[in-house]
Amino acid sequence: MSQPRQSPARSIAAHTVLILWTLIALFPVFVTVVNSFKSKRAIFTQPLALPGPDSFDLVGYQTVANQGDFVAYFQNSLVVTCLSLFFVLLFGAMAAFALSEYRFRGNTLMGLYLALGIMIPIRLGTVAILQMMVATGLVNTLTALVLVYTAQGLPLAVFILSEFMRNVSDDLKNAGRIDGLSEYRIFFRLVLPLVRPAMATVAVFTMIPIWNDLWFPLILAPSESTKTITLGSQVFLGQFVSNWNAVLAALSLAILPVLVLYLIFSRQLIRGITAGAVK
Amino acid sequence: MAKGRPIRWHIAVFLAPAVLVYSAIMILPLFSTLNLSLFTRTEGGTAFVGLDNFRTLFGDPRWSAAFWNALGNNLWFFAVHMLVQNPIGILLAALLSSPRLRFSAFYRTAIFIPTILSFVVVGFIWKLILSPLWGIAPNMLDMVGLKSLFAPWLGKEEYALTTLALISVWQFVGIPMMLIYAALLSIPDDIIEAAEMDGITGWSQFWRIKLPLILPAIGIISILTFVGNFNAFDLIYVSQGALAGPNFATDILGTFLYRTFFGFQLQLGDPHMGAAIATAMFAIILVGVCIYLFLIQTRLRRYQF
Repeated sequence: MSQPRQSPARSIAAHTVLILWTLIALFPVFVTVVNSFKSKRAIFTQPLALPGPDSFDLVGYQTVANQGDFVAYFQNSLVVTCLSLFFVLLFGAMAAFALSEYRFRGNTLMGLYLALGIMIPIRLGTVAILQMMVATGLVNTLTALVLVYTAQGLPLAVFILSEFMRNVSDDLKNAGRIDGLSEYRIFFRLVLPLVRPAMATVAVFTMIPIWNDLWFPLILAPSESTKTITLGSQVFLGQFVSNWNAVLAALSLAILPVLVLYLIFSRQLIRGITAGAVK
Repeated sequence: MAKGRPIRWHIAVFLAPAVLVYSAIMILPLFSTLNLSLFTRTEGGTAFVGLDNFRTLFGDPRWSAAFWNALGNNLWFFAVHMLVQNPIGILLAALLSSPRLRFSAFYRTAIFIPTILSFVVVGFIWKLILSPLWGIAPNMLDMVGLKSLFAPWLGKEEYALTTLALISVWQFVGIPMMLIYAALLSIPDDIIEAAEMDGITGWSQFWRIKLPLILPAIGIISILTFVGNFNAFDLIYVSQGALAGPNFATDILGTFLYRTFFGFQLQLGDPHMGAAIATAMFAIILVGVCIYLFLIQTRLRRYQF
């Protein structure tokens, strides 16, 4: 074994630092979720205690259920995120395939053009995007958000997916061509299934910023019927700022779905970051 | 390529959707924003004014004070991230990558959790925790005997921006941690073994062998931090409002842009001045990215294997 011997003292020190930062990372989330189940008095007298039989209270959740239209907000977010994700993955994979598979004039230039958007944030064009959406009557529609998020997600998707598609074996594709498959079938039947892990990584990377975005919902679709969950909870929290039960309950409701999804997909996400960075 | 080859339409079909959406929604608006900054609103419509908007923005006292304030705050916001977030991220990654560390998957997963939360959640949670009303922060300081240090940090002009920057550090430290961790894992074993043969172990191994090898990854996290910080908006808006209080002490370019072009309270939005601010932000980000691409990245490549 060439592994260096870890001295116990060193490993204890490493664990101490890591545990300390884990506590710092989790503490605010923990405090919020725990206190959302307590009565108002208990929130203030014993903020760090777990909810007990006499302090347990769901009044915050009742307020949220009665006041906010969270189901509709949640639906809007779901629709916007899923549609954008679908278009980013489909269009991104198609463009990545064209760039990695065929040699044609302007290939590198096209790659650079699409990669520009990785570094230059789409927000800088907001003034003109808003004017465009006003002109086309798309303001206060979910379509506007889907369009913007598709454009925002494409550059990174094309970049990552074309890296992966370069590794798909040429023999396989050529075998397909000899069998008379069209280029479209080769893409959909042979290549797409092989890059599925990369697609999952791109999906996670694309999804989080879309779900959490506040800027575009605030500017392009602030109407009641098109509010996303992020904008909806921001407005709700602003209105109920002095109702601590309601605020804590709303925060917990915003955290939990994301947290559950993250715990399911965290291995995928971490593998994606690690694989991407090794390049 | 042989001449007379039929046009390969499938390439165009594969490229078209992505290129069309990307060009129409991202590139075109970006350039028309740059273009808008050269016009101003008049009675009947718009008029070309050249660089007047920029003269106003940088020179007219009503605008320039706000602009330089936002830019200065933004620079401090970025500095805090570079000085706190990235070193902590590197430290955590170095610890995580130590061989045969137990529970490393658990630490990784847990430390990354704040990163997936939205700014709305993060901003509000910290607002509550730091609130003197609730008393979590003062009580915890009391437990370690430091209660006298407590102040309503988000409400004080001199602390608010730094506090917000640290909250943002808390949220995003997972990203540099992951990228550096990945870079550390990709260092070939024989380099580490050779170092050990020469008796270089532990921290001196980290400083002298590993750190130079992960410099490219540090370059990447620096530029990601830069772009992210100069484009930030949500956290400040959520916790301090569009006015970036107290007394604009936390105003950064993103909130300044929002207030200017979208309007707030009684002030009407001005798309042309907004476009001018967006153009300035574009220039700043472009300069940063160019410095990274042409100065830093080309030099760092020498260390790669």
